[in-house]
Amino acid sequence: MKGERIKIGLLCLLLVLIDLITTSVARTYYLTQLTMSLYYTLVVLGLVLLMGYAGQISLGHAGFFAIGGYTTAVLSTYNLLKYKDSAVVKVSSELGLLTLRENLYGEQILSFHPWIGVLLSLVIAATVAYLIGIPVLKLKGHYLAMATLGFGIIVYRIVLGTPIFGEADGVSDVPPFVILPGLSISGQMDERRANYYIASLLVVVVVYLMTNLINSRVGRALRAIHGAEDAAESAGVDTAEYKLKVFVMSAVIAALAGAFLTHFNGGIGPSEASVMKSVRYVAIVAAGGMASIWGGLTMAMLLNFLSLRGYFGQYDDAVFGAVLILIMLFAPEGLLRVNPAGLLKNIFKRS
Amino acid sequence: MNIELFFQYIAGGITYGFIYAIVAIGFNIIYNTTGIINFAQGEFVMLGSMTAITLNAFLPLPVAIVLSVLITMLVGAVIEILFFRWLESPTVLRMIIITIGLSIIIREIALAIWGVNVRALPYFTGNEVSSVSFWGVHISPQVLWVIGVCSMMVLALQLFFKYSRFGRQMRACADNREAARLCGINTKNMVTLSFVLSAGMGATAGCVVSPITYSQYNMGVPLAIKGFTVAILGGLGNSLAAVAGGLILGILESLSVWIMPSAYKDAIAISILLLILFFRPRGLFGRKEDLREF
Repeated sequence: MKGERIKIGLLCLLLVLIDLITTSVARTYYLTQLTMSLYYTLVVLGLVLLMGYAGQISLGHAGFFAIGGYTTAVLSTYNLLKYKDSAVVKVSSELGLLTLRENLYGEQILSFHPWIGVLLSLVIAATVAYLIGIPVLKLKGHYLAMATLGFGIIVYRIVLGTPIFGEADGVSDVPPFVILPGLSISGQMDERRANYYIASLLVVVVVYLMTNLINSRVGRALRAIHGAEDAAESAGVDTAEYKLKVFVMSAVIAALAGAFLTHFNGGIGPSEASVMKSVRYVAIVAAGGMASIWGGLTMAMLLNFLSLRGYFGQYDDAVFGAVLILIMLFAPEGLLRVNPAGLLKNIFKRS
Repeated sequence: MNIELFFQYIAGGITYGFIYAIVAIGFNIIYNTTGIINFAQGEFVMLGSMTAITLNAFLPLPVAIVLSVLITMLVGAVIEILFFRWLESPTVLRMIIITIGLSIIIREIALAIWGVNVRALPYFTGNEVSSVSFWGVHISPQVLWVIGVCSMMVLALQLFFKYSRFGRQMRACADNREAARLCGINTKNMVTLSFVLSAGMGATAGCVVSPITYSQYNMGVPLAIKGFTVAILGGLGNSLAAVAGGLILGILESLSVWIMPSAYKDAIAISILLLILFFRPRGLFGRKEDLREF
């Protein structure tokens, strides 16, 4: 546990260092992609908990990310002015849940405050994950993979086919999320560094909570489920309960990342809900070594940053496909735990 | 509802149903010998039809189709040898992820070779507008090709598994791999053979259906999902049940156009998939003891 504290300390130091370096060499535009990478890293961390520790695959996590992003995007952009005389809107207005602002064209928009959007997006993601999780987590192996994939595709189809979600265009003009006066999540240039620190803080907090969780009674139960579910069950671990809790937790983390990133980017599109995104998260978790917070964190930052900077060009998807195959073939324990000599020996021994 | 139109839709449903069934049987063949679901199954269908279209530019249609099926079978063999043969008792999770990765890579290679253009093979007999009519129902001769070729394939596969030496060895392998090996069957070769077989069947299906549905580099994923739905619907591992499952899904999809926008057609397969997974994972025709633990 002490080792983990030191690692978290080093992580904070590194994050600050990155900011100082990019700012001092006038490359602050890197911070934009770094912030986005940090949000995607959150999704990966949640998935590490689910796949690595509870041993349950999910090919639908982009769905939860999209639920988070779209909920807050719609709530904070949908214009309620035409309903301003209805009871619901009046009550919400009385409670101070609404904000009035002008969009780019000077049009008045009365919509929910982003705080409501973000909180509701977490509630919805948790509810959906709970309801889906009860039947889905009874499944194993291929069946579980396919069921979660099916869930992901349904979310994708819904956002792609529903006018309120903007269909193929997605939702744009999402206003900044003012957390406190003077501190908001937005893509504004002058708030770049502040946003980088908000995202960093979130990642550090999630890492801290996860290391605590993994070293607790819950963590031991999860590892037991991963190792041998029947044995865990007979030792008195309520496996269904634990799996469901972790599933909901990882879904909420994904939704949180989705909601924050949507405010940061000022919009969200259907590609965020696509199957390829879900596969990408799985690829990163695999590359990090499944049951490794630090491996997942490193790979998520590295691969997402390179991808967002466009280093993979048109081979973006192919890179993630190749990562999946190569890692699973040669380093199922993750890239950071590869022992090159042993690997070579193994390959030659077999062939 | 117009009764002739109704039968027209049924005919369309049967066409698609057979294609789903062939994909599902491809899943089953590999699942039976290895215990894994090959998520790249739909990619074989795509490769078969795209290769045939390219070859057809300078070769007569039958030759192009046969060659493309052979090439796809070779691809199947290469994939098995490169990515699965040498793994020692890999976990299901690892195998799932490898086949997902393969599906992405094959798709990206296809994108690099053929681009995003939608292509098609010419109609085997007649053209887009020619039709055969049965009791007032007009169907394209290509539909008969699809139904004919696919049912022949299913029949041939049954005979192969029942009477041929390799077929029986593959069944032995599916039943109990360890025992099969002790009887002197080269189980590793049987796994390669199962990849070759399912690649060949997928490619053939891709060729016969190409004139009707057209082909594109990304046609594999929806086919794989529907094929999997059908395989589960019938009961994983059972080929004849897959045909029944395929027809059920094909006809349901086709009739769904009556009651809801066609944009939601794909949702039918997913809903069936989820319902069957939640309530009857052994499939409509499967017995409880058939469901393998994994």
